[in-house]
Amino acid sequence: MSAGPVNVPSSAVADDEANHDHELHSHGDTHGHGSRKSYLIGFALSVVLTAIPFWLVMGGPLSAGVTAMAIMAFAFVQIIVHMIYFLHMDSKSEGGWTMMALVFTVVLVVITLSGSIWVMYHLNSNMMPAEAMSEMR
Amino acid sequence: MSSSTLSSDPAQKATFYLAEEEAHDHGGMGGTALGFWIYLMSDCLIFAVLFATYGVLGTAYAGGPTPREIFELPLVALNTSMLLLSSITYGFAMLAMERGAQRETQGWLAITGLFGLAFLSIELYEFANLIHEGATPQRSAFLSAFFTLVGTHGLHVTFGIIWLVTLMVQVSRRGLIQENKRRLLCLSMFWHFLDVVWIGVFTFVYLLGVLR
Repeated sequence: MSAGPVNVPSSAVADDEANHDHELHSHGDTHGHGSRKSYLIGFALSVVLTAIPFWLVMGGPLSAGVTAMAIMAFAFVQIIVHMIYFLHMDSKSEGGWTMMALVFTVVLVVITLSGSIWVMYHLNSNMMPAEAMSEMR
Repeated sequence: MSSSTLSSDPAQKATFYLAEEEAHDHGGMGGTALGFWIYLMSDCLIFAVLFATYGVLGTAYAGGPTPREIFELPLVALNTSMLLLSSITYGFAMLAMERGAQRETQGWLAITGLFGLAFLSIELYEFANLIHEGATPQRSAFLSAFFTLVGTHGLHVTFGIIWLVTLMVQVSRRGLIQENKRRLLCLSMFWHFLDVVWIGVFTFVYLLGVLR
């Protein structure tokens, strides 16, 4: 009576554990780490995406305005490259929650950055000019 | 007979549930990786605020030195390459860890740590030069914001190196056990995240600063 029900679940536990361990391992392999090739692709892209902005600023082949836009675009692309090839971001890992956390954070970062710069820029331009300030002192 | 089938049925349900629980905190990757990712996102907000502060105060020179006068781009380029190289060597450490090659993992981790140290040394050399030239954090709002932002990143790298050395000791003592693999995965996310933040630093602080 007592041996029957104990035996059946214990073997079921072992089976389940084996299955889960296997699932966990294959899951970890695909999610946690890339292949050597993907790391090398990411590295090569990063080197190019870093070298070009430095060359644009140090060599100065373009006007300052165009250079500024270009290096910000390169930084944006390089951040995406790092996210994909080094941090292995995708929309499926952890049931999509890593991507959700990232999207939420990006929204907050954009609000913080653009909000601060926008508000403080207008505050500055509505302030007394610096020359008038120094004359008063 | 009927009582044994009755008792085995809920028991099996219970074991299935237990196995799930076991898998969750034993493998650990799932919950820990997501939790650590959420920590990194909160860290990202710290940097966002520091970037915003720099964005607002970055032109408040108070008659002091401007970025063009004090930033040395070749030095920054060297620093950037150190951090980028440390990112790929950490990637190789993770690949070696996947294969269970402990010696190779330790070797790549050591190289990663050396690149990290090189990065820090160059940064401290740069800071020392700036302070020597009179471009101290107290000189202007621009310099306060600059030292806070870049210094916070440098502090993160410092703690990353301490963490890396700790894990190398752990791996040498206990080997590549599941727990150490989980810790190495967390540190890899931390390390690559710092490289992502550095992209923002060299673009917005150094390159755009020199352009102004």
